[in-house]
Order: sequence, then structure tokens, then C-alpha cells
Amino acid sequence: MAEDGSRKPAAAGIEPVLEAKGLSQGQIVRKRFLGHSGAIIGLVVFAFIFVLAFTSVGYLGIPGWWKYTHEQVSPLVNDGVPTLSLWPLAWGEHPFGQDRIGRDLFAMTMRGAQQSITIMIVIGLIAGLIGVVVGAISGYFRGWAEAILMRVTDVIIIIPALLLAAVMAQLAGRRDQGSWFASFTSTNGVLALGIFLGLISWVALARLMRGEFLSLREREFVDAARISGASNARIIFKHILPNAVGVLIVNVTLTMSAAILTETALSYLGVGVKAPDTSLGLLISQNQQAFATRPWLFWYPGMFIVLICLSINFIGDGLRDAFDPRQKKFNAKKAIDHGGPAVQSSAVTALDGPDHGESRNDSPGTDGFRPGGPADGTQGK
Amino acid sequence: MVTYIFRRLVTAALILLGASYFVYLLTAASGDPLEDLRANPTPQKQQLMDARTELLQLDTPAPLRYFKWFGGAVQCLVPFANSCDLGKNIAGQPVTEALGFALVQTLTLVTAATVLAILIGITLGIVTALRQYSTLDYGVTFMAFLFFSLPIFWVAVLLKEFGAIGFNNFLRNPEIPLTTALGIGVLVGALTAVAAGGVMKRRLMVGAIAFAFVTVVLIYFSATEWFKNPGLGPVVIAIAGVGIAFAVTLLSAGLKNRKALQSALIAVGAGVVLYFVLQPLLNEATFLMIVILAVVFVLLGMGIGYLVGGYDRGQSMRAAGITSFLVGFLILLDRYMQAWPSYFNNSRVRGRPIATIGASTPNIQGDFWVLSLDSFTHLILPTLALILISLASYTRFTRASMLEIMNMDYIRTARAKGLSERTVVMRHAFRNALIPIATIVAFDIGALIGGAVITETVFSVRGMGFLFLDGISHVDPNPVMGVFICVAITAMVFNLIADLAYSALDPRVRVKA
Repeated sequence: MAEDGSRKPAAAGIEPVLEAKGLSQGQIVRKRFLGHSGAIIGLVVFAFIFVLAFTSVGYLGIPGWWKYTHEQVSPLVNDGVPTLSLWPLAWGEHPFGQDRIGRDLFAMTMRGAQQSITIMIVIGLIAGLIGVVVGAISGYFRGWAEAILMRVTDVIIIIPALLLAAVMAQLAGRRDQGSWFASFTSTNGVLALGIFLGLISWVALARLMRGEFLSLREREFVDAARISGASNARIIFKHILPNAVGVLIVNVTLTMSAAILTETALSYLGVGVKAPDTSLGLLISQNQQAFATRPWLFWYPGMFIVLICLSINFIGDGLRDAFDPRQKKFNAKKAIDHGGPAVQSSAVTALDGPDHGESRNDSPGTDGFRPGGPADGTQGK
Repeated sequence: MVTYIFRRLVTAALILLGASYFVYLLTAASGDPLEDLRANPTPQKQQLMDARTELLQLDTPAPLRYFKWFGGAVQCLVPFANSCDLGKNIAGQPVTEALGFALVQTLTLVTAATVLAILIGITLGIVTALRQYSTLDYGVTFMAFLFFSLPIFWVAVLLKEFGAIGFNNFLRNPEIPLTTALGIGVLVGALTAVAAGGVMKRRLMVGAIAFAFVTVVLIYFSATEWFKNPGLGPVVIAIAGVGIAFAVTLLSAGLKNRKALQSALIAVGAGVVLYFVLQPLLNEATFLMIVILAVVFVLLGMGIGYLVGGYDRGQSMRAAGITSFLVGFLILLDRYMQAWPSYFNNSRVRGRPIATIGASTPNIQGDFWVLSLDSFTHLILPTLALILISLASYTRFTRASMLEIMNMDYIRTARAKGLSERTVVMRHAFRNALIPIATIVAFDIGALIGGAVITETVFSVRGMGFLFLDGISHVDPNPVMGVFICVAITAMVFNLIADLAYSALDPRVRVKA
């Protein structure tokens, strides 16, 4: 039994033509990504949720097509039981039901999904940006810049995100002070939370990028560029960064999926998004006591958290497979169909493990990034 | 090596100093510790405020107050001086005392969960790596992603609802209708058939056997009200013991090593005899006695292995030792089951054993067995939730690591020289796959002390996470700093241990001296 996985000829299932055709790196990556069914399903699900959340209840003052908003109270229909039914497929007045005072749960869930997605994207952008800059500077220039930046990273990585979020929440709560910070957070609570979390979740990314830059800067093409007179900025942006973009995108995706859970956890603990605004974590926290009487209040927001997070994780997995240059697209079925002859050619692919993104770091030291894990240990649990 | 460790420790101390200053300022700046008193209408208001200002030294500005705190905290480094002073919390309790209590609570909650998650995760990872691209692999991969995407507070509420309230309701009248028994049987049978692997015929056979077994057992349980009076009895222990003996021998020595199998089976026999001998002794059990008995069982098994011997004495000893330990565990389990009715009918428990909050039933009275059953019923839900959440990363990591190893040249060499698949997997691949896993396990053990803030909140366990959250909400820097220092120091120490372990386990990696 055990031979199955390892002795199976990896070469038979590979699409060998892909590299031979003279496609560009981007085209190969796109092809591989599109061939990853899990990632495509994830992408479709995420796009669906995104469109549903942002068009239904409106965004930034633009009205949506759904008749209720997340704050609007309407009379209870049938004690708030969800009217959604799959067979016959019917939408009904309140598809996800209503809460105790008659607010429409569909509108609230959609609003919460909007908030979670907004925070996720803001965190991804900020963490990606800072991570690249810090990682690139410390990995490329080494020396004092690296020492200082990496010690700052070390300090930030051990400060619990929960503490920072709590401090921010408390500061934002003090409206009487009238500081710019308080006024900004009271009007843009979600954006502020996203920016704030982004400012602390870049550390793991910066370490990874530093590792990439450390190894890439020793390569011949960088020497060649330097000899031909390229400036440091040009080498970083034109020569090294494009080669590190795979690691970057994959890990930004994973940071984003962890960010969703962080945001919902913080909201659940009461230091994230606050009422009267709503978020998926806050909805669960408000309604967990009502599980026995109104279970739907608990089911739908939770399902949306899981769906968003799961689809992002699958997209990240697909991206990892697509960007990994050692990764060959493997199709088990094809390998079986092709049968025997490929066994001999497996030597070519002796190094191909399917999950290189998760393989170990060869250097010990502090770069032990846990792939896919939340940036800090506390939030996930 | 020593230079490296020394350099790492100095850096760690500097980082800790900077981070702790930052954390102190942040906590102090996050609000007004006198806020609840300012709204106090009673005439002692000023007095109370003065008392708290005195207690927390609020008249000193926070940047300076840190150094006062630091002066006390540094004394913790002096060994045996017993002058450790981490300040007092807002209620006047010394933080060191509060930390001690919280640490015990947290470790009881998190240790079992982490150990189980590591064991299950590594096992699943290895099995899925060996059966790459099978239905089992796809299923486990999907489940890993799903668990990874679950918010723990959501899982916790679901577990409370179905695991505790639902199961307690079921226990009131533990009857399993025939249709349910058949349904569960079909489900388990289908899962086993998928997991079994091999040709279709073999899978169907295994699935059918599992289906028949589970259904019959469930009907038997229902008919005899087993859930109210559970127990294994010597017969089940003997049968299960023989199964364990075969499984352990298969994994540790291979079934061809007849001497190892013999010694494992003899160990099972000895265990069954000891079952009767130990019953009166176990009635007076204490925790220490259980530990001693566990050691005795292992030694006994190794002794049997030594006497039986064979061409490879070490293998026999190992097989018999592990088997004997597991049989001892079965005996322990049986004794716990014997104590179940008395726990179930305890006046404090009143027939609803699985608890949703807290770490123990208040004011419960009883012997060792009842009290430890009480902790188990309180721990089971948070443990389940934590296992579910942390299982995924171990599974994925182990799978990736194992796959990489299985594609190495030395594995092909091992196969080429005719070693059995068991030897290749267990001795050549598994051990090397464990090297990178040892690193993340060390990280996770370092993070154990930090506890699980959200899990502790949901299940109302007053552990480290609770202390931390409570400190934040009361703008009380001392407990926050206490927790932070403990967590940061253990995390850094284990980080260092992970790096050293890596270079010790993998000779290709050298630490930069």
C-alpha cells in the first residue's frame, strides 16, 4: 500500500508541454492556477460572496438591491424564522431570519461580510507593502539596516495582537478627547481596525521576504545586473522582486485568511468592530446565548466566516502550487491512465514534493515561519 | 556553540526589555484605571481613589513606573532568593500568586489538547503522505482546510450545544434506536472503506466488517444501558490487548519477529492477571500511585521482553513495554468507567456530566476517581475544540515533510537493498520526517503557557488568557506584564531549543557560532 504514493511515476501526470511551449512565467502560472480545481472553486465562491455582500446592502452610501439595512427594524414575521428554502427554491421576506427585535439577519450578515472582507483586504495590502519594504531592505543591504529592522521585527512579533487591538479600541472609545485619532476611528472604525492590524501583521512576511532576498541577491543574474551598472533600486524592483513575487502573493493570501479569523476573534472579545456597526464575529458573540431559541442567528454568520476563510485558503493553496517552480502539475488519474512507461522517467522528478511551500527552512535561526498559521500564536486559539 | 547560545540569550534579553517597556506603556495608556471609581456616588469615593492610586502607584507617570516594576521583576532572576515581585493587581493580590494559579489552570487545559493534536496530526499526516492522492488524502486535506478556517468561538458554542447539552439529554435515557445504530454503522463502515485503501474488494470487506461491528456494539450498548454503567471487564481488555500487541509489534518490530510478538502477548497476559490483583489497590488510588503503576507496567513489559529475548532483544523489550503500557491504560480506563455511576449520580452532578463552563464542579465531594472524572468532563469540550483547530497545521506539515523525505534518494536505496516497507517507512522515512516537525512542536510547547485566550473566555477557565484579558479591561498593567513576561520568555527559550534541536537532529545544519 505504502508504495502507492512514492513510487507512482510523477512524470506521467505532468503536463510536460507547458514549459516546452515557450510560455512566459506568467502564462505558466496562470495555466497551473486554472488547472487547480480547489482554487477555482474557492475563487468562484469568494467572488460570489464578494458580489453578494457588496451589492446587496450597499457600500459607502451607495444603496444596494436588498430592501432592508443592517440597522433597520421591521415587524417580526413568523417569530423571525428564516424564510429561505432550497426546495422549492424561494427567497422569502427574511431569508436568514430576524433577530429578537426584528432586524433582518441577511442584511446584518452581508454587512458583516463586507466589514470582514474590507479588513482582510486592508490588512493584506498594508502587511504586504511593509513586509516587502522591510524584507527587501534588510535582505538586500544587510549590515546595520538588517540588524535594526530584524530586531524591531522581533519586538513586534512577541507583542500580543490582542493587547494592541484592545489599546486601540480603548483609545478609539475616548471620543471626548477629540484627537485626530479618536475622530478618525469613530467615523471609520473598520478601516482603522484594518490599518492597525495591518501595521502589526507584516512581521512574518518581512522575515520570509528577507530570506528570499538573502538567497536571490547571491545569484548570478544579480551580479550581472550590478556589473552592467544597475542601481540598487533597479536591482531590487526589476530583478529580485519579480522572482520573489510567488512567495509574496502566496503568503499575503495566507495572512489574509488568518486576518479574517483575527478580526472575528477580536470582535468576539469586544475589542474589534463595535455595535452599532456589525461584523461576523460580533454577530456570533451577540447571538450565542440565543442558540437554543434562535439557532439561525448563529449559523449564518458562522457559515460565512468559514466560507470566506476556506475559499481564501484554497486560493492560497492553488497559488502556492502554481508559483512553485519545482512543482509539476500532477494528475493522479492521468498517471494511472498512462500506466507503466513513465516509471523510468521518475528520476527527473525525484525532488518533487507537492507541497514545497510547506517544506522546512534549511537554515535554523528565527525564520521558522509556520505556513498558513496566524501571524501570532494567540489569535487562532 | 556556547558563543551562539550566549549571543542568542543576550539578544533575547534586549528584545524582551524593549518589548516589555512598550507593552507596559501601551497598557497604561489604554485607559483610566480609576474610571469605575469616578462614577461612584458614595462618599468614600476620594478615599477609594487614593487607596487605588497608592496600590498601583498611579502618581508616578507610566514611563517611570515601568522602572519601579522592572526593579521588582529583576529580583525574580536571583535564584532561591524568593524575593520575586511582579507588583499587585487591581484587587491587591500579588501577581506572582495569581500567575501561579492561572498557570495551573492553563496547563491542565492546553497540555492534553496539544499532545493529542500533535499525535493525531502526525499520524494523519504520515498516513495521507503514504497514500498520496487517494480518497483518504483528499478527504483529510479538505478537512484540514476546513478546520483551519473554523473560528474557535463558533466551534466552542457548537460543541457546548451538541457535545454537552445534547449528550447529557441522551444520557438521561441512553437508548439508541435501531435505525440510528444502523445509520452510524453505515457511516463508520463507509469511512473505514474509504480509509482502508487497496483494491475495491478489500475495501468493501473492511467496510462491511466495521459496519457489522459498530452496529452490533451499539445495539448491545443500548440493550444493556452500557452508557449508564460503562465498563470494559477483563474479557474486553484481553481481546483489545491482543489487538494492541499485534499492532504494536507490527509497527515497532514487524510481525516476522516472532519473539517480539510473543513477548507482547505475554505482556497482555500479565496485564489481565494484574487487572484482578490491582482492583483492591486501585480503590485507594492517588495520582502518585497511578504514575508509579504506569512506570511499573512499562518496566514489567520490558522485563518480559528481556526474558523472552530473541535475536533482537531490544525490539522485544520495546514491543512488550509499549504493549504493557497500553494495557495498563485500558485497566485505568476500566476503573474510571467503574467510577462513572457514582459520579453520574453525585448530588452536584445530577445526571448531567458533561460541563460547559469552568474547570470543576463547585463543592464536589468524592474519591480520587470521582474528582478526576469531574476534571475530565470539564476538560473534554475545550480540549476537543483546541484539537480540531490545531490539528490541521500538524497534518499538513507532517504530510509535506514526509512526502519530501519519501522522494529522497536514500529511501530508494533502502528499498533497493530489499528492506521491508515497514522498515523503510518507520526507520528511514519517519525518523527523518520528524526533524522539521520537532521544530514546530517546540514552538508550540513554548506557546502553551500563553494559553488559549478565546477558548478560556468561552469556557470560563480562569487561566493565563483570562488574567491577560482581565488586566487589559481594568487597565491594570501588572498582571498583563506578568503574563506577557512568562509567555515571551518561554517562547524565546523554546525558539532557541528548536534551533538547537534542529542542528542536533540534522547534522547537515550547523548553528552559526
